[in-house]
Amino acid sequence: MYSEKVMDHFMNPRNVGEMKDADGVGEVGNPTCGDLMKIFIKVENGIITDIKFQTFGCGAAIATSSMITELAMGKTLDEALALTRDDVAEELDGLPPIKMHCSNLSADALRAAIKDYQNKHLNYRP
Amino acid sequence: MDHSGTTPIDPRVLEAMMPFLTEKFANPSSIYTEGREVRAALDTARLQTAKAIGAAPEEITFTSGGTESDNLGIKGIALGRKEKGGHIITTTIEHHAVTHTVDYLGENGFDVSFLPVNKYGQVELETLEKEIRDNTILISLAYGNNEIGTIQDMKDIVKLAHEKNALVHTDAVQAVAKIPIDVKDLGVDLLSLSGHKIYGPKGIGALYARKGLKLAPVQHGGGHEKNLRSGTENVAGLIGLGKAMEIGKAGLTTEIPRVKAMRDRLIKGMLAELDDSYLNGHPEKRLPHNAHFRFSYIEGEALLLNLDMMGIIASTGSACSSKSLKASHVLLAIGLTPEQAHGSLRLTLGKGNTDEDVDTVLEAVPKVVKKLRAMSPLGHGGGK
Repeated sequence: MYSEKVMDHFMNPRNVGEMKDADGVGEVGNPTCGDLMKIFIKVENGIITDIKFQTFGCGAAIATSSMITELAMGKTLDEALALTRDDVAEELDGLPPIKMHCSNLSADALRAAIKDYQNKHLNYRP
Repeated sequence: MDHSGTTPIDPRVLEAMMPFLTEKFANPSSIYTEGREVRAALDTARLQTAKAIGAAPEEITFTSGGTESDNLGIKGIALGRKEKGGHIITTTIEHHAVTHTVDYLGENGFDVSFLPVNKYGQVELETLEKEIRDNTILISLAYGNNEIGTIQDMKDIVKLAHEKNALVHTDAVQAVAKIPIDVKDLGVDLLSLSGHKIYGPKGIGALYARKGLKLAPVQHGGGHEKNLRSGTENVAGLIGLGKAMEIGKAGLTTEIPRVKAMRDRLIKGMLAELDDSYLNGHPEKRLPHNAHFRFSYIEGEALLLNLDMMGIIASTGSACSSKSLKASHVLLAIGLTPEQAHGSLRLTLGKGNTDEDVDTVLEAVPKVVKKLRAMSPLGHGGGK
């Protein structure tokens, strides 16, 4: 049911953990399915220089979290904001249809983290 | 470790079936020698099935499995009555074969009640007593729950029901060949059982219906099974079921104590190894092969997939692993929140398991739980 890439990111997730001194933190959850996702970012000169995640959820939830951290690392905030759920699913060689909406939340979590950063640093103008 | 899901066919069962899949292919309704020979074998299978649960052979109707047995038992009683309508009671933790059958009758003129259960998954007698009405015709509840393994106090329930002139149907698909069953001693009026849960083939089951009960057929046709279940018999299947029932009954004193000892060690070991871990279901009144856990801060599908990669097969009540994305109705009924139901793991042991398997699982599950907890934003990075 899951692609090899999903299984790889699920079994060996990249950039797992909490970031105590994060510049921005985003948390999203889906009460129906119960997945909970937290993304931490470090930002320097408008570029994401470090990113970590914590996720409570199914295989797809963990794999999409891991994938978004790889996609966002080194990107400018504008580039990162442009990442969508579909980009994440595509990079993972697809997700089961039932998981597309409930567990594919990582792009939302990243966006929330960037917004959090922007709110804390009001002088930033995209 | 998913023997409640299904089981492999016992070699002795397969051996008994083989002739009927090959040279002994005659239709048991045929009156020539070959047909009569198959008919005689069917009679033996019916006797084996009946004897294993203390019934008479004429009280056994062969079906296509547990689901059909539940349908025939419940609809058969409901629709077989002269008076229209009536009240049917079941519980909130039944298998869908019962729940959806009762729902269907509810949509078709019957009053239906779904009884709540306590935190162990047991129906309390006072709750049942309050719900039984003058027009209650049938109470249907599983003997042993298929998810959390809780066993109902069936004798007391039957006694109460009979005092109020209600019949009792029990789905014993998970209980047969796991705990001793004598229908006369239990007093139940109808009992469903299935082949593939007891090392028999898939697509075969039986319904016990006490002598004298009037049932309406669910499947109409040529009048097989005393007109209760038309259709040419699944000969090899029911030969297999008869053999599996016989072996299963004998195993109650040999195989089951072995399974129970492994299961007990599994529960004890798991709860000792991991904090924030709990046993779902009743601590003592539970099927001897069932261990059902709940681990905080993690999700069951992720747990299952990790275990699968390590060669361990299990099951969960988590919403994420279901097609409907809803948490198990059984786990919600015993009072768990959807989030708590997420972290559930069912391990059901059987003939395929050894003490080494228990060691493997006791090492693997805590390892995976700790790995997932370390990833979880809900906290608790380590485990004990």
